Amino acid sequence: MTQGETTTAGARDQLLLPVVRRVIGVCALVALGFLTVFGLWGAPTDAVQGDAQRIMYLHVPSAWLAYLAFFITASASALFLWPRTRSTAWDRIAGASAELGVLFTGFALVLGSLWGRPVWGFWWAWDARLVSTALLFFLFLGYLALRRIPGDPVGAAKRNAIAALIAFVDVPIVHFSVEWWRTLHQKATVFNPELNPKIHGVMGLTLWIGTIAFTLVYVYLLDRRYRLAVLEEGAADVELERAIAERTGAPLKVSAP
Amino acid sequence: MIWREAALVAGKDLRIEARARVALGQILPFGLIVILLFAFALDPDRGLLARVAPGLFWVAVLLANLLATGRAFAIETHHGARDGLRLAGLDGGAIFLGKAGAIAAQLLGLELVLGTGVVVLYGVEVHGALVVVLTAVAATVGMAATGTLYGVLAAGLRLRETLLPLLLLPVLAPVMLGATRAFEDGLEGAPGDAWPWVAMLALFAALYTAIGVLAFGALWEEAA
Amino acid sequence: MSQVVRLRSVVALLGRFPALAGLDLDVDAGEIVLVTGPNGAGKTTLLRLLAGLVPPYSGEASVRGYDLVTDRRRARVGTALVGHETYCYDDLTAEENIRFFARASGRDDAAAVRAVLGRVALDGAAGVPHRGLSAGQRRRLALAVALVREPELLLLDEPHAGLDATGREVVAEAVAAAPGEGRTVVMVSHELEVARPMATREVRVDGGRVVPSTVAPTDEPPVTPPAAPLATDAPQAVTP
Repeated sequence: MTQGETTTAGARDQLLLPVVRRVIGVCALVALGFLTVFGLWGAPTDAVQGDAQRIMYLHVPSAWLAYLAFFITASASALFLWPRTRSTAWDRIAGASAELGVLFTGFALVLGSLWGRPVWGFWWAWDARLVSTALLFFLFLGYLALRRIPGDPVGAAKRNAIAALIAFVDVPIVHFSVEWWRTLHQKATVFNPELNPKIHGVMGLTLWIGTIAFTLVYVYLLDRRYRLAVLEEGAADVELERAIAERTGAPLKVSAP
Repeated sequence: MIWREAALVAGKDLRIEARARVALGQILPFGLIVILLFAFALDPDRGLLARVAPGLFWVAVLLANLLATGRAFAIETHHGARDGLRLAGLDGGAIFLGKAGAIAAQLLGLELVLGTGVVVLYGVEVHGALVVVLTAVAATVGMAATGTLYGVLAAGLRLRETLLPLLLLPVLAPVMLGATRAFEDGLEGAPGDAWPWVAMLALFAALYTAIGVLAFGALWEEAA
Repeated sequence: MSQVVRLRSVVALLGRFPALAGLDLDVDAGEIVLVTGPNGAGKTTLLRLLAGLVPPYSGEASVRGYDLVTDRRRARVGTALVGHETYCYDDLTAEENIRFFARASGRDDAAAVRAVLGRVALDGAAGVPHRGLSAGQRRRLALAVALVREPELLLLDEPHAGLDATGREVVAEAVAAAPGEGRTVVMVSHELEVARPMATREVRVDGGRVVPSTVAPTDEPPVTPPAAPLATDAPQAVTP
């Protein structure tokens, strides 16, 4: 068994069949269209918060996707480390998902802030979910910074996978400790800056549409980013094979797709 | 066996510290300066400082942890020591426990001095001593374990000085949270509220120690 | 006779450069193998591979029967490498460094530590911290660290470089005593007049592979060991 073969053999060139990808892309656009319609007009105006509450239809799905992306990164990392399922495909998925995760997390934070401004009067409140999401953002950033550092191909991938899992283990701890911290403070503060308006009927439906739309966007972008990673690695692998062939004097091996 | 090897590694690290005195001569003064600077930043109206003392104390300790972790891995960069440890045939988990143990020991010593500094400079009164001690131990073990894990991840990488804080501090946020809250409750004399936080800190410490024992070996091999 | 080293078509990478490119090697127990070749041939990488520090990228590789990909830790246990670095800690004394590595391999014997200090002629400097030792003393310390572990396979990377007469005697004694102590030696050296008489066999490496040994003295004159290369991320040739 060789080091090179264990990771690239059987790794796929793309996640989805082109047909499936295009269908998902179209569905994503359609869903976003529905979201816009429902979000801006279909759903009723909130009694307490007014139109500002509509940001929720973007903010909540973003936050949900942020956590989903992290979960996918962690799962892909675990599958990469497990010898029976080891494949570069998982490493690529982990990286792609983390990049998307940073986007969605940042999006959620900015939207949360924009939502809070008209409702509370200031740009940030120490709401448990916002704080947890902010920490998630930094966990992502750290993981991506680590990924950017090159190393020996197999070793770097293992290192990144372990880093993702170590960070992932922290997420529930962060979530619960922050939650607990803020509920304790609820007693101390006079007013309760909760971003939780009452949700019923069409509002619930709009949230669902938003979540589905964002998930479709995530899957589409994940496939595209995966493909990009394949192309990047392909170039580097060809170089390596050429260097080996030169030095061994053997004919150039064509790597299996 | 793993404990014998861990004690060997911890003993080596502590002996080196006894000779080189980096923790004593550089990291400890750094911690004290941070405490002082906080007093400059906040109006040293004693009322305010005493109230925020727990948080400031733990921020200073967190920053000192960064330095101590960096130092623990810096000593392995000279003369190929990292290769030497690999060749020596020591179990990865043992190296982890040894290094984390040495870091924890140094941090506990540092906390003792910094804590005294905080009590003196900020005018803090300590009521629930048991809670304070248990909190410190649990938090320190958690910090040392996590620091050692991320220290090896960043070790040998070109950008490790800037990468380590970015990796480590977000993960330690719950420790910061729990330790500060527990200290507040302990110092106020309401230790009953603190015990859940202490439990969380203990859980965190146990979890990351277990992860470290399992994962450190593989990471140590891959470190440049 | 048991086979201590078995390499078949081994490719090993330094960063993204194939330092070893299809190398075959067999070494039996009790042999003293001298590895020669020009700079950049892959000799140091070969020793590091045998020590278990560099994994094989492809090919078959086993040391003392243990596969270097699946069983690397066990392969390492009975192997000792004396490379360009000493692996020692600046703040610890010569004796403390040796004792650390002795204990790490399970030998907690103060008498053995003192014995090996005498063997490498460092008993006078036992209490000197590593940073206070001269280059020659450090190389002897590195040999002591290797010997105290009582390895079955002793790997020496340019052991004569930078050593005075005492140092060379120490190395000669250690190599000569090896078969009697149940050790196999693989040694890289440029100092052919000194090394050739010690060896039972010579293997020539060039371009990452074993090439037929020529008697022509085309080797460069003995060189002082280069500073140990840091693992670089750049895809460029690194002198092994």
